[in-house]
Amino acid sequence: MSAPAPERTPLHVTGELLASRRIGAHHHLTLVAPGIAERFRPGTFVALDTGPERLARRAFWIHKVKTTGGYGATLELVVEARGAGTEWLVSQPAGTRLAVTGPLGRAFSLPRETVPCLLVGEGYAAAPLFPLAERLRERDCAVSLLVAGEDEAHLLSALEARRSARSVTVVTRDGTVGQRGSVADVVDEVLQRSGAAVVYAAGSTPTLHAVAQAAERAGAWSQVALEQPLTCATGLCGGCPVPVVGESGSARLVRACADGPVLRGDRVLWDQLAGAS
Amino acid sequence: MTLALTSPVMVASGCGGTGRELAAYGALADLGGFVTRSITIAPRAGGPAPRILETPSGLVHAVGLQNPGIDQFLALELPWLLQEGARVFVSVVGRSLGEYGELARRLGRTPGIAGVEVNLSAPDVEDGSVFDAREPFHAASVVAAVHRDLPRGTPVLAKLRTDVLRVAEVARAVLDAGADAVVVGNALPAAMPDGRPAGLSGPATGPLALRCLTEVVAAAPGATVVASGGIATVDDVRSALRNGATAVQVGTALLHDPTTAHRLHAGIGEDEA
Ligand SMILES: Cc1cc2nc3c(=O)[nH]c(=O)nc-3n(C[C@H](O)[C@H](O)[C@H](O)COP(=O)(O)OP(=O)(O)OC[C@H]3O[C@@H](n4cnc5c(N)ncnc54)[C@H](O)[C@@H]3O)c2cc1C
Ligand code: FES
Repeated sequence: MSAPAPERTPLHVTGELLASRRIGAHHHLTLVAPGIAERFRPGTFVALDTGPERLARRAFWIHKVKTTGGYGATLELVVEARGAGTEWLVSQPAGTRLAVTGPLGRAFSLPRETVPCLLVGEGYAAAPLFPLAERLRERDCAVSLLVAGEDEAHLLSALEARRSARSVTVVTRDGTVGQRGSVADVVDEVLQRSGAAVVYAAGSTPTLHAVAQAAERAGAWSQVALEQPLTCATGLCGGCPVPVVGESGSARLVRACADGPVLRGDRVLWDQLAGAS
Repeated sequence: MTLALTSPVMVASGCGGTGRELAAYGALADLGGFVTRSITIAPRAGGPAPRILETPSGLVHAVGLQNPGIDQFLALELPWLLQEGARVFVSVVGRSLGEYGELARRLGRTPGIAGVEVNLSAPDVEDGSVFDAREPFHAASVVAAVHRDLPRGTPVLAKLRTDVLRVAEVARAVLDAGADAVVVGNALPAAMPDGRPAGLSGPATGPLALRCLTEVVAAAPGATVVASGGIATVDDVRSALRNGATAVQVGTALLHDPTTAHRLHAGIGEDEA
């Protein structure tokens, strides 16, 4: 193993919050974080400091990278406030300075050939799939999208989804938009219809498990972006074990943050993974 | 024997990953030393998730000494660290005196390491799978076993539990047994919410580690003492050095900000300039 190329190594910088807007159940944050946007690849994430009281970092998918006039490239994150750290984060005014580390983790890998792909995203975790869809389209892969959420407020923009994909399926738990149900209810059928050879998914662990199983049934590859509790998010602490089957067929532990968060769905030992059911 | 460190800032065991991750944020060669996670004879898978929880002023952790075992470590991790120019202190932990001796013999045949740190307290594995060295006599036997089986000239650091009542006594015992330095500050014994044994590290442990440092410095004048526990700012480093430490180890703060050790190294360097 050799050292990673410098442009692939993450940075730790002081960033600045440029804007924080509420959209449905989420907050869309725009950050300047010099150098990080330039290194972004879909599926990588940033770890943020969430105030002096919290020692562990908080991880967020990079949703968009934009080149704006005065600031160079900016990052966009989609945050659902549901605990101490995320609540602190979304209550910060524009201008707040934040320690930002990233881009962290392994990105989604793109298929070598032009094949149809299905992208499955649940709630805020659909965030990394939009830039992924763009990269796939640049490679002429037909992109189908399955977006899921609690209700309409928890869906990432369906409009934007229609721009980036050939076909879009929407499911909500309460049936307010799209079909009523969960990813697990519809994934087999959507997979069939899309004819996808590769499925990319980001969401809760049970959802990822369902997608990985459906992919196996359909003979497709799956790449799942896991969310496990991350303390350091940088690979230092050993606190984020994911049981997998290695190349040799024997079980071993990898780190969700540094060896993931994107892993092959057929490699994860779902029954032994925390939060899998 | 002194440790002859080029910087008083070291990376604490268990908080620097394999070194590769940390190297993305600054050259390992700049730091005073890189202490590896604790290495055992056989690979250890570590404990079940959740392994680390955030509490108001510290992290509670039950990683369970996950490590690739001495063979893999020597084959894959150590050569890379040495090639990066890191001053590598290999942390070792065993199940018996025999295992400590074996680890020392294996390391003794390995050129290039800066020293061996003997982990005398692993509060997250009190299940008999490691040697329990909380008694001064036990700690001294472990250090003697490691010291005996290393070539002369390889520094032995003994990492002690921050037990204010006994730390000075344990320090004297391990120094008599051949330790070249003591590291004062290991995770405090704690528990996960489900009762599993765990360690507590982070800001909460700082004042306690400092008290232990002063006890040891008073009890063993002239000994080389490395302070660890709650070190996060340049002021923390200054305070440890003022109270008699030769160096500090940065641990939990690295998990929050991976550039901490390099920042402290630079900040302390300015003091001297
Ligand atoms: C790779 C990755 C990408 C993520 N991307 C996003 C994103 O784009 N938008 C978003 O809103 N959230 C995202 N999350 C989840 C986000 O990091 C958690 O919501 C956050 O850690 C919860 O923090 P809290 O302080 O609000 O909650 P608390 O309940 O206060 O968190 C307490 C502890 O639990 C851990 N924790 C709680 N929930 C989660 C969770 N779901 N995943 C991991 N750790 C958790 C935290 O690390 C923290 O140490 C991502 C997580 C990971 C691992
Ligand atoms: S969160 Fe620390 S190693 Fe993954």
